[in-house]
Amino acid sequence: MNAPAPPPRRWVIWLPLILFAAFVALVLVGLFRPAPREVESAMIGKPLPQFALRPATDIRPGLETADFRQGRPRLLNVFASWCVPCAVEAPQLAELARRGVPIDGVAIRDRKADVEAFLARHGNPFDRIGADDVSSVQMGIGSSGVPETFVVDGKGVIRYQHIGEIRKEHVPLLLEKLRQAE
Amino acid sequence: MIAELGLASLWLAAALAVLQLVAAGLWLRGKSEALGGVIRPVAVTQGLLALLAFAALVLLFCRTDLSVKLVALNSHSAKPFIYKLAGTWGNHEGSMLLWVMVMGLAGGFVALVERRLSDRMLAATLGWQAFVSLGFYAFLLFSSNPFERLDSAPPEGQGLNPLLQDIGLAFHPPTLYLGYVGLSVAFSFAIGALVTREVGPAFARAMRPWVLGAWIFLTIGITAGSYWAYYELGWGGWWFWDPVENASLMPWLAATALLHSVSVLAARDALRAWTVMLGVVAFSMSMVGTFLVRSGILTSVHAFAVDPERGTFILALLAINIGGALALFGLRASSVTEGKRFAAVSREGALVLNNVALSAILGIVLFGTLYPLLAEAMGAKVSVGPPYFNPMSALFAVPMLLVLAVGPLLRWKTDRLARIRWEIVVPVLIGIAAAIGVAAFARINVLPWIGLALAPMLAVASVLPLRGRNPRRTPFAVWGMVVAHFGIAVSLFGMASESAFSQEKLVAARVGDSVEIGPWHVTLRAVQPVAGPNWTALEAVLDARYAGNAAQTVRPQSRNFWAPPQQTSEAALHTRWNGQLYAVLGGEAPLASGAKPGDARWQLRLWWKPFAPLIWLGGGLIALGGLLALIGRVAADVRRLVAKDKIAWRRMRQGR
Repeated sequence: MNAPAPPPRRWVIWLPLILFAAFVALVLVGLFRPAPREVESAMIGKPLPQFALRPATDIRPGLETADFRQGRPRLLNVFASWCVPCAVEAPQLAELARRGVPIDGVAIRDRKADVEAFLARHGNPFDRIGADDVSSVQMGIGSSGVPETFVVDGKGVIRYQHIGEIRKEHVPLLLEKLRQAE
Repeated sequence: MIAELGLASLWLAAALAVLQLVAAGLWLRGKSEALGGVIRPVAVTQGLLALLAFAALVLLFCRTDLSVKLVALNSHSAKPFIYKLAGTWGNHEGSMLLWVMVMGLAGGFVALVERRLSDRMLAATLGWQAFVSLGFYAFLLFSSNPFERLDSAPPEGQGLNPLLQDIGLAFHPPTLYLGYVGLSVAFSFAIGALVTREVGPAFARAMRPWVLGAWIFLTIGITAGSYWAYYELGWGGWWFWDPVENASLMPWLAATALLHSVSVLAARDALRAWTVMLGVVAFSMSMVGTFLVRSGILTSVHAFAVDPERGTFILALLAINIGGALALFGLRASSVTEGKRFAAVSREGALVLNNVALSAILGIVLFGTLYPLLAEAMGAKVSVGPPYFNPMSALFAVPMLLVLAVGPLLRWKTDRLARIRWEIVVPVLIGIAAAIGVAAFARINVLPWIGLALAPMLAVASVLPLRGRNPRRTPFAVWGMVVAHFGIAVSLFGMASESAFSQEKLVAARVGDSVEIGPWHVTLRAVQPVAGPNWTALEAVLDARYAGNAAQTVRPQSRNFWAPPQQTSEAALHTRWNGQLYAVLGGEAPLASGAKPGDARWQLRLWWKPFAPLIWLGGGLIALGGLLALIGRVAADVRRLVAKDKIAWRRMRQGR
């Protein structure tokens, strides 16, 4: 009568602990993985799509894909005059421009007068500014919001995507990425 | 002074937690008889000191004392008072302090009132409770001190995330935390029962009010959180299967399963090891949820709560607490005897099915939430969304809901389905009629269709347990069950209707333009600037007429906060008994080339969501059901205690 319970169920009792250990291992890998955890553009490592944008202002020319194939890495900044964080990042863009980084802009769903007022107020670090009235280029390069900044190498290949405004602490990071894209 | 006082009481509370743990450990091993007596008072004092520390932090936030780093980082003198108050727990340090405070108070309360359990089991429970608390005390004191001072106070605070300046959100996290902490008590009881091998009805009865209480708070928290996401994010959806939402859903699923299994253990002394396991799992899910939210390991709309270092700390706590508990379970579970047996067709059998289904859904949600992480470890980027979660969870939810209709009618131990066939025939017929009716009149997807058929069936079936009972003599617990199950039917109907019949329109409208949406006729009357205490906004004034009725004014806003700068859209809702009109102002649409100024067009997004409010009304009913059951259980316990005291007093008087 007092025969011990059959052993086959034994391992089931340890199953939760095993699953839990697997969970811990998994999140440890996740926590210490060096890669950034933001949603990255699937376009990284791919060439820019073909586009030719009309000038967004009277003071700078428009922007097309060929402008990025001149052998030198450039920044592509997606912005809009109606976007508050874009004003926040303006000093950092000015700082990058002061250090000789060539920067091009894409103004999203914007108006000429507004963009010019924005540039007059916050400074103009851009060599060229294209107007993207239907967000087609924005979608094409895998950007989901404004502001975003892309490092594009001298062959027109996207190398890095920065989501959100550029803060002071991001400037060295972007300079490093530009150097790597040489 | 206040900050220093708070810090001092936090240290004292932590020291008492050490004493509580050591005293319980030594006494249980029989090393020291004297220490047994200090456990209860120490637990109470520890709770009060934690309360004092939390009160100090609340005071600092109410005064906007900017010399305290946490206040300077998270508050602003221009913020409305209620958000200054909510700012106390609207940040990592404060919420952790809230956590230990509630946990300490809960432990103190157990120490004060719990008389049913053996002294050994209570000591083990409180000792484990102290052990879990200690992890959080260490976390607070060593890595995220809420009372840290700044060398020089800044002139102004750095505000609070404007998305968080909302009355719903001010009380959403503390509600969930109360739920999590309630589960921590259940967890401690489970460990206490394992350590002392006293897994039985007494343990289940002691644990049940805590599980019920935690479950009520979790239900309210999830319901409120879902409504918050619905109107604050302005996306028109109410559940996104976002990792953070899942993080709050998983403990709820586990707690719901636990709630049902603990009833079986209390009433029939069956499902012993399983109930203990669920006690461990429920709290594990709370901690896993907190970890997933705080570590930022998963990308989510709640990214404001993120910090990888803290994630590591919580993970370490998680590994120690849960790993330890599961190891203990592995060592002891085989010595926990199986408990009473029961037939497949019986109340217990139905509750087992409920438990299996809930656990399966829990597994599905957990797997779906972690899968992106797993895929990423293998080098791929994926995101898992409704196409996975909806059908997979429905796979188990639908059978569970069918069992829900029958289970409460069955008798304990053993029963025959034939006995209740005439009772269930009515709801089944109603369900079939609803299924046919909906299929005949509307072309909708299969899941909403199932929902629309199940909801009326459940609604009728849920009240059947009241049949033949005198309403005044019916125990509160039965009322609670009926109300909660009815709430599930109501909520299900809302979800299915929202998913099947919602209409959406995105338009660029000039002032004066009209839009037709469902039965509504909406006119854009004006767009005007308005200002709040710490934001400015564009407000659209919309006249909405329902089927030719008088116009209702709804005012969606697009808000700009300035500290920190951020744009949010405030959806405007108009609720009728049969649904909700949901309006969002997107902003000014870009002008076509050659357009005159004054031609400005505004992006408006409108939804008509029939019966959508029932989703949250049902959630409220579920919580109300829990509350009724809790009142019933606690009242019965109090009556029993009073009766025992009377008997003891009489015996004393009679000199026996």
